[in-house]
Amino acid sequence: MNIAAAATTLTVNGAETALRSPSATRLADALRCELGLTGTKVGCDAGDCGACTVLLDGEQICACMVPVAQAAGRNVTTVEGLARDGALSDLQATFLRHGAAQCGICTPGMLMAARDLLDRNPSPTEEETTDALGGVLCRCTGYRKIVEAVLDVAGDRTCAASDTAAGTGAAVGARVARLDGVPKVTGGDVFGADFAPPDALTLRVVRSPIARGRFETGDLEAFRAVRPGIAAVLTAADIPGSNAFGVYPVGKDQPVLADRIVRYRGEAVLAVVGNAGAVAALRDEDLPVSWHEEAPVTGIAGASADGAAIVQAGRDGNVLARGRVVKGDIERGFADADFVAEGAWRTSFVEHAYIEPEAGWARRIGDRLEIHVSTQSPYMDRDETAMILGIGEEQVRIIPTACGGGFGGKLDLSVQPLIALAAWTLGVPVRCTYTRPESMASSTKRHPADIRARAGCTADGRLTAYEFHGDFDSGAYASWGPTVADRVPVHATGPYVIPHVKNTSCAWLTNAPPSGAFRGFGVPQSAIANEALLDDLGGQCGIDPLAFRLRNAIRRGDETSSGQVLEHSAGLADCFEALQADWDRERAEAARINRAGGPLRRGVGVAGMWYGCGNTSMSNPSTMKLGISADGQVTLYNGAMDMGQGPNTIMPQIAADALGVPVERIANVAGDTDRTADAGKSSASRQTFVSGRATQIAGEELRAKILRLANVGPAAALEIGDGRIVLRDGDAERTLDLRAMTQDAEGDVLAADGTFDPPTKPLDADGQGVPYATYGFGAHLAVVDIDIELGTIKVRRIVAAHDVGRAVNPTLLEGQIHGGVAQGLGLALMEEYIPGRTENLHDYLIPTFGDIPPIDTILIEDPEPLGPYGAKGIGEQALIPTAPAIFNAVHHATGVRLRRAPATPHRVREALLAAQEAGHA
Amino acid sequence: MSVYLRPDNLEEALDALQRRPLTVLAGGTDFYPARVGRPLDDDLLDLTGIADLRGIADEGDRWRIGALATWTDLIRADLPACFDGLKDAAREVGGVQIQNAGTIAGNLCNASPAADGAPNLAALEAEVELSAADSVRRLPVTEFLTGNRTTALDAREIVTAVLVPKLPDAAASAFLKLGARRYLVISIVMIGIVLVPDGDAVGDARIAVGACSPVARRLPALEAALKGKSLDAALGEAVSAEPVETVLSPIDDVRGSAGYRLDATATMLRRGLSNLGRRMGEAA
Ligand SMILES: Cc1cc2nc3c(=O)[nH]c(=O)nc-3n(C[C@H](O)[C@H](O)[C@H](O)COP(=O)(O)OP(=O)(O)OC[C@H]3O[C@@H](n4cnc5c(N)ncnc54)[C@H](O)[C@@H]3O)c2cc1C
Ligand code: FES
Ligand code: FES
Repeated sequence: MNIAAAATTLTVNGAETALRSPSATRLADALRCELGLTGTKVGCDAGDCGACTVLLDGEQICACMVPVAQAAGRNVTTVEGLARDGALSDLQATFLRHGAAQCGICTPGMLMAARDLLDRNPSPTEEETTDALGGVLCRCTGYRKIVEAVLDVAGDRTCAASDTAAGTGAAVGARVARLDGVPKVTGGDVFGADFAPPDALTLRVVRSPIARGRFETGDLEAFRAVRPGIAAVLTAADIPGSNAFGVYPVGKDQPVLADRIVRYRGEAVLAVVGNAGAVAALRDEDLPVSWHEEAPVTGIAGASADGAAIVQAGRDGNVLARGRVVKGDIERGFADADFVAEGAWRTSFVEHAYIEPEAGWARRIGDRLEIHVSTQSPYMDRDETAMILGIGEEQVRIIPTACGGGFGGKLDLSVQPLIALAAWTLGVPVRCTYTRPESMASSTKRHPADIRARAGCTADGRLTAYEFHGDFDSGAYASWGPTVADRVPVHATGPYVIPHVKNTSCAWLTNAPPSGAFRGFGVPQSAIANEALLDDLGGQCGIDPLAFRLRNAIRRGDETSSGQVLEHSAGLADCFEALQADWDRERAEAARINRAGGPLRRGVGVAGMWYGCGNTSMSNPSTMKLGISADGQVTLYNGAMDMGQGPNTIMPQIAADALGVPVERIANVAGDTDRTADAGKSSASRQTFVSGRATQIAGEELRAKILRLANVGPAAALEIGDGRIVLRDGDAERTLDLRAMTQDAEGDVLAADGTFDPPTKPLDADGQGVPYATYGFGAHLAVVDIDIELGTIKVRRIVAAHDVGRAVNPTLLEGQIHGGVAQGLGLALMEEYIPGRTENLHDYLIPTFGDIPPIDTILIEDPEPLGPYGAKGIGEQALIPTAPAIFNAVHHATGVRLRRAPATPHRVREALLAAQEAGHA
Repeated sequence: MSVYLRPDNLEEALDALQRRPLTVLAGGTDFYPARVGRPLDDDLLDLTGIADLRGIADEGDRWRIGALATWTDLIRADLPACFDGLKDAAREVGGVQIQNAGTIAGNLCNASPAADGAPNLAALEAEVELSAADSVRRLPVTEFLTGNRTTALDAREIVTAVLVPKLPDAAASAFLKLGARRYLVISIVMIGIVLVPDGDAVGDARIAVGACSPVARRLPALEAALKGKSLDAALGEAVSAEPVETVLSPIDDVRGSAGYRLDATATMLRRGLSNLGRRMGEAA
């Protein structure tokens, strides 16, 4: 505590204000906690993310690094100060129209940096824009739409206005601006850390500083007794139900609080609960815990070594899961081949790096528990929390807050069971917000992969055989490791027709953070190997890479390596063909540039992708509900969690067309487990496809019900007004009196639900079956410049073509593609999580404004009959081909094959030198 | 209870330091990131209320960069071409938010091996002015920085200014930074070059490399080799691996291997010198 001298007086958004927080308090904290101006976000407290950017005397500054005392007598402008008299400023409206806000957690910082720029320079260039906004990170958008928006405010006005008022029946396919977007640009959206009741206690987790070992706690009661502000120190012994969670029904193996043994650095050990000040004054070292470190099991080599220590008792050999897909006769496939290419690749732990760290609060109401949390999976949170507390599932209610990015990382439990346990046992509301290093150390990661693969083709360029083995470092607990082990062998051949296949995988347990779900579940890793081999084979038969892919591309009627025949939507060839013109032009341009010599070489690469929508050979139903109240309000009870990717917008679009009303008529209730049905997890690129279809069914059901009641034909037009529905069918006009009908618990008088579970068939021991009902397809073209003397790679352009079945909302789809490209670029070039070493956004690098090139998106629509209006998923698809396309472009430029991701400058330079020595380049 | 002092004059600040140990705070951009998730319980001396420490001033035979001058102040200041390199370094520090808050003096006091201000200040032969209640001393930047995160600063001193001796108007400079992404990036290698022409040849060359040893290092052998060479694009050819390797002692870390750092240093020196040589040659 600092001596609270006299209050600090300053002006905030034009109003004279006094702050009582101690002088050294971060301005961001004072704005948020003392003034309730939670539009200023905190993503790191370290200057690295820029989410806390405010204007101090008109200049952008990170409010997390300004002591309150330094704001004395000065003018602070926050995002709340941008709108005037309730009307959005031009800048905010333009952000909304361009889809520049996805999850919205970075948006306040972006807007303030943009305000600073535009006040100084009303018509900036693109470079001036990226220079000015370069201090704010965004993990969702890939920055391009933010740049476009800023240039547009500046008078460029190139963006076609979004179709805010798409007419009846025309919502699907329209560029509807994000329906939950206004609070994202005003700072009004409530994320996990933005609210808790004033009497809430704060929970802080004490985590293991060692990767493997045992620990003992001393006298915790004595520790607590001398600290009046501390209400409780919770341990594993305080957990009333099962102290083991995990996403799979079997193999729940991760403790909420470790019990004597720790298996990774960052594992939760104790939860200290108390008033905010008392908790903030603690250091981990203050707690009476003694640690006994043991040599950790590190990496796949460590886990698989002879005599390796065992990470989890009962998992001998440290094997978590294996996967296998075998088709045809692999020996024969290679015997049939005129050319064979092979290689080994390695990738790293990758951090989700959502800008919003895990956060939420919980309270007990009688014998029920209410949890407000940033999540991708409300129903799983509910069920697992109930299991941990040993109470009934119906006793737990999850009310999701706005979610500031997830990408798979907010599928697994984080704060939920901890705040639940504390609120349940103490009977007071309890909140918890992870710090950035805590978020990075404790949360799941993308699996590092060690891959060996080999492929063969005939002299005329037809693939004959593909053999693949991928080892994956799954960390200390199961999480989604089995999913990766299953998914990868199914997808490892890439979207190509290959008669003879043998793909195997193994997920290993190690003393590292659990590897879990991360956009693509292992497929982005296997695609790097796959697409490199295709280029190598193409080179051997003298066929251009794009032509080679087109020759082998899987099409409708072809069989996958799981023996599934693609009956419908399979627009891969269309995606490749859509790249042809750019391909020809860019390859010619590269040849021209490279003829000049010099250290900068231009390369152009291509890669394809496919990805099954929904869970692998598992039931994963969604149920959506639609209701109409007595006064004519249409409500979608939408359990499909929006973490920025868009279900709060596209589900109402689908519902509107299915019901036959304009989209503005539809109110959206998002993911409250008491009010919405289970729409599954926002994962596996399933929400548009699965929940979207459920929404369509619900809408059609409700419409049918109304038509029946009014006794009109299917073509009737609906006009839902105050207390009534007017139906017109030709000359006939009928009116339904809604006020005369009985209300249900939600106050709705008419309601219907729709459920959809994509049809799949189990995989046999050889991985044969129907793992997915449909697949998304795509192809990326990457243009890169590589500085061969320094090993730096600059991506100059990406062209991304994706078969999305039907583009429900092109703006949102482009946003997903841009964001996927940005994460793929990060995976390729810079992202590497090393426990204990890159646990912050300073040392762990994600792409910034200056790293993402222009991205051209091409949407291909090969309709999927099972999907809503033909639509399929895009969330993960967009990331998969980027890294392989970049690596292939580097090969094109230099003849050198990069085998290690991320390809940081020193690795690239070392690979170039090694190739030079070997005489290859 | 911790203390937070924010005096409005230097004497008071120095007196306070004389009496008790205090952590000095300027822009806070190194201070706060070092305290994430930890209590803010340091006894603090915040310098930002001291108007005399602000600004960049012409003092006749030298420039005075006040201890509170930020990177943005430097970028906006009207300074001769020998500062161009330092200004380029300023533009590469973090993002604009960091440039608006972080100070040049704080960058030196924090003494990171990757401090972007250090190479050009070393090449400019800048001095650090250290003031205590009863003394003022000046140390060359290269002596002020004593190692990774260590300086010659005494607990009772604060840095009051960075002093840059004036150079002939025709002197020019450059800064090159190598990082793994565009913005907000810690340098893998950076180099600072200051060349003072003598007609159309190099009169005086001062070259420093950062992030390749605990503190930024000058390259005397290369500087000597450049003297008298004509100012043109061929200037980079004077760079050879040897003098680089004898002076620098890079480490292996996540950002780059030691071997890579040396290799990249040579390339960057070659490019930096060629460009600057050509530019100066054209101007001469
Ligand atoms: C996101 C981010 C990105 C960054 N990027 C870069 C980068 O690219 N390149 C780079 O070089 N740096 C970078 N930094 C580091 C930092 O911004 C600079 O080192 C900055 O110049 C420090 O100045 P300050 O005024 O903020 O120092 P403070 O944080 O206030 O102080 C830093 C240290 O110096 C001491 N100190 C400060 N002033 C004095 C004084 N006058 N007398 C005595 N002691 C003093 C303090 O006690 C403290 O130990 C970055 C920081 C962040 C948060
Ligand atoms: S919270 Fe301030 S920069 Fe991240
Ligand atoms: S929209 Fe930028 S981080 Fe989500």
